[in-house]
Amino acid sequence: MNSQLKWKFVLILIVLVVCIYGVIGQPAFPTSLAQVKDNIAKRIQLGLDLKGGSHLVLQVQLEEAIGQRCDEAIDDLTKQLHDKNMGFGEIRRIDDTNILVRDLDTNSSGAFRDLVTNQFPDWSMAPAAGETNGYQLTLKPSVIADLRQAAMNQTLETITRRINGLGLTEPTIAFTGRGDDEILIQLPGVGDPAAAKEVIQAGGQLQLVRVAEGPFRSAAEALAQHGGILPAGTVIVPGKSDSAGPSKDSGQLFYILDRIPIVTGQDLRSADANPSTEMPGQYEVDFKLSTTAAARFGPFTEAQAAIGGRMAVVLDHQVYEAATIQSRIEDSGRITGSFSQESAQNLALVLRAGALPASIKYLEERTVGPSLGADSIREGVRASLGSIIVVMIFLVIYYRLSGVNAVVALALNLVILVAFMAYVGAVLTLPGIAGVILTIGMGVDSNVLVFERIREELRNGKVPANAVSTGFDRAFLTIIDTHVTTVVSAVFLFLFGTGPVKGFAVTLVIGLIANVFTSIYVSRAIFDFHLSRMDRQAQLSI
Amino acid sequence: MEFFHGVNVNWMGKAKYFVILSLLLLAVGWISIFRTVFVKHGTLYGIDFRGGTLVYVRFAGPAPIDQIRKGLQQAGLSNSTIQGISDTRSVGSQNDVVIGLEQGQSNESLDAGKQRILDVLQKTFGAAGSGKPDFNSVSAPAIAADLTRKDPLSLGAAAGDRYTQLAARLLSARDTDHGGIVTSFDQIKSVEGATPTVVNSLASDFSLSSFAIRDAEIVGPKVGSQLRRQAILATLYALGGMLVYIAFRFEWVYGAAAVIAVFHDVLITLGFFSLFHFEISLTVIAALLTLVGYSMNDTIVIFDRVRENLRLMRRESFPDVVNKSINQTLSRTILTSGLTFLTVLVLFLMGGEVLRGFSFAMVVGVVVGTYSSFGIAAPIVVVWNKYYGGQGNPIRAGSAAEKRAVVAAARR
Repeated sequence: MNSQLKWKFVLILIVLVVCIYGVIGQPAFPTSLAQVKDNIAKRIQLGLDLKGGSHLVLQVQLEEAIGQRCDEAIDDLTKQLHDKNMGFGEIRRIDDTNILVRDLDTNSSGAFRDLVTNQFPDWSMAPAAGETNGYQLTLKPSVIADLRQAAMNQTLETITRRINGLGLTEPTIAFTGRGDDEILIQLPGVGDPAAAKEVIQAGGQLQLVRVAEGPFRSAAEALAQHGGILPAGTVIVPGKSDSAGPSKDSGQLFYILDRIPIVTGQDLRSADANPSTEMPGQYEVDFKLSTTAAARFGPFTEAQAAIGGRMAVVLDHQVYEAATIQSRIEDSGRITGSFSQESAQNLALVLRAGALPASIKYLEERTVGPSLGADSIREGVRASLGSIIVVMIFLVIYYRLSGVNAVVALALNLVILVAFMAYVGAVLTLPGIAGVILTIGMGVDSNVLVFERIREELRNGKVPANAVSTGFDRAFLTIIDTHVTTVVSAVFLFLFGTGPVKGFAVTLVIGLIANVFTSIYVSRAIFDFHLSRMDRQAQLSI
Repeated sequence: MEFFHGVNVNWMGKAKYFVILSLLLLAVGWISIFRTVFVKHGTLYGIDFRGGTLVYVRFAGPAPIDQIRKGLQQAGLSNSTIQGISDTRSVGSQNDVVIGLEQGQSNESLDAGKQRILDVLQKTFGAAGSGKPDFNSVSAPAIAADLTRKDPLSLGAAAGDRYTQLAARLLSARDTDHGGIVTSFDQIKSVEGATPTVVNSLASDFSLSSFAIRDAEIVGPKVGSQLRRQAILATLYALGGMLVYIAFRFEWVYGAAAVIAVFHDVLITLGFFSLFHFEISLTVIAALLTLVGYSMNDTIVIFDRVRENLRLMRRESFPDVVNKSINQTLSRTILTSGLTFLTVLVLFLMGGEVLRGFSFAMVVGVVVGTYSSFGIAAPIVVVWNKYYGGQGNPIRAGSAAEKRAVVAAARR
């Protein structure tokens, strides 16, 4: 064996050792067969379709976050115009990003323009079409983009905190899709996502608000108290709807509350579920406020207690409790409302994790039971092994000793593929197994291409050494062309495909790269080794 | 051993028969597609692409399909579909069913359909009125919590995570050894650590229904159309990428011919899908793309040989060169295709229900993909060459650098 060939084998050996170590040698060096099995299970990450679990795609209703900004601007603008004594007919919301101001006093136009330019820099202003002295304010596109981005980031962070709070193992939470408003959540091992979905979806917007008036039997009744127009800075909020009965009107109450809350969910220091002291068997959520919020809350409650004022606990725009303030409250409060232990714990978790900036909607939900996953692995592995064995037997029969060479190359191809997946942490999915099977097919093709070419050269009268060398050289271009074409298409699949298609592309690309190495480099080295030990004119077993 | 050596077939002389064969294959499949879409107003798309709900249920014995159908109809789910499946575990007896439901009202929550199906199943087949959780659908933490609370092994504070491990073993026995469904608590007695007291404790706290949910998929309408668009785009981009690569390596007409050939393969395979009532899902798209790669592979092997032979056989006519190239690579073509066909056939037979659509596409695709290389792609290049390439003057193939590489390779 010449030294060049020796180095080839050293390199191949190193690759082999590194690959085998990558699959079975980590995280702890194995000392028993059971440990080897354990290591393999740890190193090869399985996709949800193989290990079971839940896959959710949800859409963040971003227009809500934008609409909220619009409402805030309307409130603010109305207040400013009142304060500055500028008369106007009406301020109306056209849609989430447009506000119409009608019939502005003709002599206030200049002051109004100044006001918008200075105080509302997020809005652009233009005379409204078809109005004599009306203006249309439009939210600037750059502001909308920032708002969307911020809302998405906040949603992702909030959901992550909530799911971590549930104590689930290895969840995946990530942006997904092309719409820029979708989030993917994968929960391995969760067979029924209902409970997790509820926690994820909960709004979690807590507010402590002064009660102006109420309760009323209906929203109309509340309005009628004020001749159809609510006092400035107040809003009608429904009480917690009684989910127990279908008779909606019986228990539903309405309150007139201040629009600006004293304390919001952001002011919470902690929230915990505890058994209710008054209602045995029920649970309540107790919370504590941060020091800055307590500094506001203490004086407020003291002042209200003196005049018999009332305060409401509002969660997700529903009044959970409205009670008279008895005395100064420093920094603690509670939410009651016939909670079970689980629902109280979930609410406490949601409050701790923070509110969602906008509501969410589920778009896709897939749950794979653990038994189906186990079956898929078994069947996938069995089918792969079955086809490998069939192919290998055929290769040995058809190409004899050279077939053994091909079998070695194929086996090494698979070892490299598996090891590479372990090293880069690629996830094996069901379509991924299909990709493995295809890799086998391409591996066989490369070997067959080379061997048929060698046979041709032998038929043309070349001695084995020359035939092998020419065969490899001639087949090389073809192998590169076929592999590059397939890799090109696999890369596009990876970039533009979704879930299963991606898993397929990953294994295919890794497998094909390994294949070029084994079917050209390794296979050739074995041929050269064999040729170096046999007589130059002897027949090649092919 | 050697087959197909020294074959000398005039492939290009038979080109018109290939065209007729292709048109026939296309017609058969696409008549079926048109029938499905326009006459029956159905769709080829699976729920991945059209949206809807799919619940995959396993029963302890043969699935009582009539009873399920009755239950679903009583619940007002008359637009549901039920399909029995025989699994590799229970060959000959259909223990599994897939219940499908069309997209519900848009104002309903996404999982409303799934909940209704589950309600029907629970009402019809559940351990009615026991109020105990179902052992066949319970999760490992729930079992561990129950065991820790009851402490049947009297471990007390020393229990540690032993009950957690026991729960994991119990569920692994349920899911792996019994295919996800336990019919009697006696079946888990063989699990390590499951002493009679443990089993009795479980039996008193859990019920056993006669079914288990194996898989549930819900795809909203928006996601459905989005996935559809994405799949089509991915395919077109992949085809475009290959076209560019082949045009760069050969001549543009070779790239165009190869792309037309694989397009032909995809169309025929889609036709067969409709003919055999398979639905197009995300995995099937992966299969279609695989067959695109595979068919392309096959075409390139022949084109590579044509390019090489054009330099060696300067006197022969272009169709002869192509014929010779196909004949020279025929042995390789048939071997590789045969082996790949075998592989996907094994996958089709042994790969289980989930991979059925994928492997079917591959079984059809391998055959069509191999055929299209010499039956469609090669004739296109020959015909183009006849009209635009000039007789007896083979078109220039490959770049200058390419030629140098080949000449160098030939010298070695």
